[in-house]
Amino acid sequence: MASMPQTIPNGDGLHSGAPGGPIETRWDRHRFEMKLVNPANKRKYTVIVVGTGLAGGAAAATLGELGYNVLNFCIQDSPRRAHSVAAQGGINAAKNYPNDGDSVWRLFYDTVKGGDFRARESNVYRLAQLSVNIIDQCVAQGVPFAREYGGLLATRSFGGTQVSRTFYARGQTGQQLLLGAYGSLMRQLETGRVKMFARREMLDLVVVDGHAKGIICRNLVTGELERHAADAVVLATGGYSTAYFLSTNAVNSNATAVWRCHKRGAYFANPCFMQIHPTCIPLQGSAQSKLTLMSESLRNDGRIWVPAKKGDPRPPDQIPEAERDYFLERRYPSFGNLVPRDVASRAAKHACDEGYGVGTGQAVYLDFADAIQRLGQNVIAERYGNLFDMYREITDEDPYKLPMRIYPAPHYTMGGLWVDYNLQSTIPGLHVLGEANFSDHGANRLGASALMQGLADGYFVIPYTLGNYLAGTRPGTVRSDAPEFGEAEQKVRGVIDHLLGCRGKKTPREFHWELGRLLWDECGMSRSPEGLTQTIDKIRALRAEFWENVHVAGSGQELNQHLEYAGRVADYFELGELIAIDAQQRNESCGCHLRVDHQTPEGEPIRDDENYAYVAAWEHTGDVSKPRLHREKLEFENVHLTVRTYK
Amino acid sequence: MSNARQPRSYTLRVWRQPSSTTEGKLVEYAVSDIDPDSSFLEMLDHLNENLVKKNEEPIAFDSDCREGICGTCGVCIDGRPHGPIPHVTTCALRMRDFADRSTIVVEPFRAKSFPVVKDLVVDRSAFDRIIEAGGYVSVNAGSAPEANMIPIGKDIAESAMDSAVCIGCGACVASCPNASASLFVGAKMRQMVLLPQGAVERKHRALAMVERMDREGFGDCSNHGECEAACPKAISIENIATLRREYMKAIFR
Ligand SMILES: Cc1cc2nc3c(=O)[nH]c(=O)nc-3n(C[C@H](O)[C@H](O)[C@H](O)COP(=O)(O)OP(=O)(O)OC[C@H]3O[C@@H](n4cnc5c(N)ncnc54)[C@H](O)[C@@H]3O)c2cc1C
Ligand code: FES
Repeated sequence: MASMPQTIPNGDGLHSGAPGGPIETRWDRHRFEMKLVNPANKRKYTVIVVGTGLAGGAAAATLGELGYNVLNFCIQDSPRRAHSVAAQGGINAAKNYPNDGDSVWRLFYDTVKGGDFRARESNVYRLAQLSVNIIDQCVAQGVPFAREYGGLLATRSFGGTQVSRTFYARGQTGQQLLLGAYGSLMRQLETGRVKMFARREMLDLVVVDGHAKGIICRNLVTGELERHAADAVVLATGGYSTAYFLSTNAVNSNATAVWRCHKRGAYFANPCFMQIHPTCIPLQGSAQSKLTLMSESLRNDGRIWVPAKKGDPRPPDQIPEAERDYFLERRYPSFGNLVPRDVASRAAKHACDEGYGVGTGQAVYLDFADAIQRLGQNVIAERYGNLFDMYREITDEDPYKLPMRIYPAPHYTMGGLWVDYNLQSTIPGLHVLGEANFSDHGANRLGASALMQGLADGYFVIPYTLGNYLAGTRPGTVRSDAPEFGEAEQKVRGVIDHLLGCRGKKTPREFHWELGRLLWDECGMSRSPEGLTQTIDKIRALRAEFWENVHVAGSGQELNQHLEYAGRVADYFELGELIAIDAQQRNESCGCHLRVDHQTPEGEPIRDDENYAYVAAWEHTGDVSKPRLHREKLEFENVHLTVRTYK
Repeated sequence: MSNARQPRSYTLRVWRQPSSTTEGKLVEYAVSDIDPDSSFLEMLDHLNENLVKKNEEPIAFDSDCREGICGTCGVCIDGRPHGPIPHVTTCALRMRDFADRSTIVVEPFRAKSFPVVKDLVVDRSAFDRIIEAGGYVSVNAGSAPEANMIPIGKDIAESAMDSAVCIGCGACVASCPNASASLFVGAKMRQMVLLPQGAVERKHRALAMVERMDREGFGDCSNHGECEAACPKAISIENIATLRREYMKAIFR
């Protein structure tokens, strides 16, 4: 078969480097065992941090506070606009303030189970431990979290859990957390320890003697290619859902930085683990540029249903209670509307595929009538007002009166660059944080856990583990006139020149749309071996056409958003193929990855722990169609591998 | 019903300026086949696709989240920052709010402190530099006390949040006849002084942020109130009163 990737046998020694011993003490012990950089020496080390979202912003600020010399990069005109700003619903922490049975152990357990046993126990436990420090840190920064009348912090529930551990600031939690991190970052700018490079796009990683020592980026205003040298590189460039064209991510979110690091030797882990979020506003027209999320927090009070009769033409308020199917409550009575995202998305797709969908047929209802009656419209407005406004602006319908119509959409990527326990990639000196790495969420992320992970990585993990790496290196050994910088710059220039010179007939957007449809249809909520084989061939053909027939306007020596976009689309084509290859090799269903040949007659996924309890880490071999698979075997010593059920 | 869903057409007059150092002018474009449910920026995307196909340069404009939260977008539409609908960002505008066959004038946010970069893109980095001067709590990672140690009244927290929702888009500056940044600065100050964590540094913050605001060339506030009307997040002009109070207290204490 032409499309089968080359694989090498199991057991090729990809290790997380996580310490052994009791899981509760691993991080403490590891912190003690890691090397430290003498405080007086820290300023001699230069660290590049790419990204200013929760992960990158927190990392750059904290490394600056410690005294390192930090160079921080982002695409937007200001670090405050990183895509984390759009996160709505909240952030988890095992504070157990409601006294409802939460603990570090339970957050750990929920996350490992929620990820369908495809995450690394040691990392997840550390994340759960650090979660409590994050809330302390953010409150100290002046983040105006929601509070109870007594003045203490309020929480709400998210999917996949039976405790209330999600802290929030209305429907703008990401914005408030990011502004907290941004404030700390700005403070370091004022001290001079962090230098900010906004409107820059990293286009290559510079590797010298096997170590990450710098980046090439394009100044997006002048078009100039810049070289930046450092003693280590920290990548926090977010997820790659935008490969699917329509997603809930911002239009400038992209895969370029991670992908180009992959091509320099960083393994890419579990690329097919793509979260499809159940509650998004359905597609309205072909001119649409993105989809809008309706936060999972809405499932605290909203009930999901479809008419019990196929193709029922009546408006929702005229369908009596007895003729509605609250399918999540019916199928999963103990978690009801708060099942995890993968389960909810699949159930919604199933209802629509069977002909019960509403509106265009690709939608189900999310109904607040009961909650409004029980709590009053004021309470609902206080909890979700901005989301309701957003829904009304987009659809021109009033969700206080009519149920929302929602449908699943690409939202978050559990996959990303492979990292060890220190968050270091397979390239020494290149560390990867936040959504850009693969580490903590297995095959399905629980709601409100991405913000937690980004901030844990940035505030509390990287400051230690990067110190450990730097302590073993001499500062300032590589300068930007090294030949490796010249080679990387030439390569970047070559790609830009080709894109500008091609002058074909199709726009990058047209190519991106076609690629996105291919990925959505065959690497979306359900995947089949035959479909994947065909998709891989189609992606290759379309990619070949792209390089011959793309039309990019303007020149390279100016602000050229069209060129920026074309470069990103080029990378989606290569990554898209890897997504499909990865989905093809994983002959099981787990989390978001439903393979139609591995499910029960009722459509419940069948996992194969014996053969697939591993992280699939792909090495670039020089030919994007022939990646090499490495496996990191996952050990479950603390959470028993069981069939995941929310019934 | 069906009529409201018919594709629409518009005449656009768009500011084109190749770079910060060149002259700009309004250029007219016809767009048609616009779905009334599509957003204002999707309408510009559509126009850009057509321009590219005709071998012309697409119009540069900034956007990112396209759901009203990142503050990246922002143009003047018929002279109003973020267009005709109150409390909505440019990216959240829908074409159903623009009459079929109307003419729409699209220009960048205009202010001395926001120089044009290209077409509709402006440089708002002056806002970052104001925050740099003191728009934060000075707390290092790792040194925070237990989060519930200091209770904060629900009403106070909500009120701080009303100020904290600022997205830093700059519409307040663009709408102000004096190009003042007082609403932006006031909102940050008010969030901070309402919270016990932020109140500690209030004096330094007030002096430093106001000094930086002046240095960046923003004008004075003379109570026109246009900023409140233009703010997509409905941030109240009371925040400017806080700014004044904080500044006066800081000077005289
Ligand atoms: C609509 C929405 C709502 C969400 N709500 C929640 C929620 O309620 N709770 C939750 O836990 N999670 C939520 N998530 C997920 C969460 O927001 C993200 O996973 C998280 O914020 C990612 O943070 P990050 O720091 O890893 O990356 P980002 O915030 O995406 O930041 C990426 C940074 O990298 C920069 N960058 C990217 N590429 C380059 C390049 N080539 N060169 C230079 N710079 C580059 C960007 O400019 C940016 O600064 C939500 C996501 C979406 C889309
Ligand atoms: S693009 Fe983010 S607010 Fe408009």
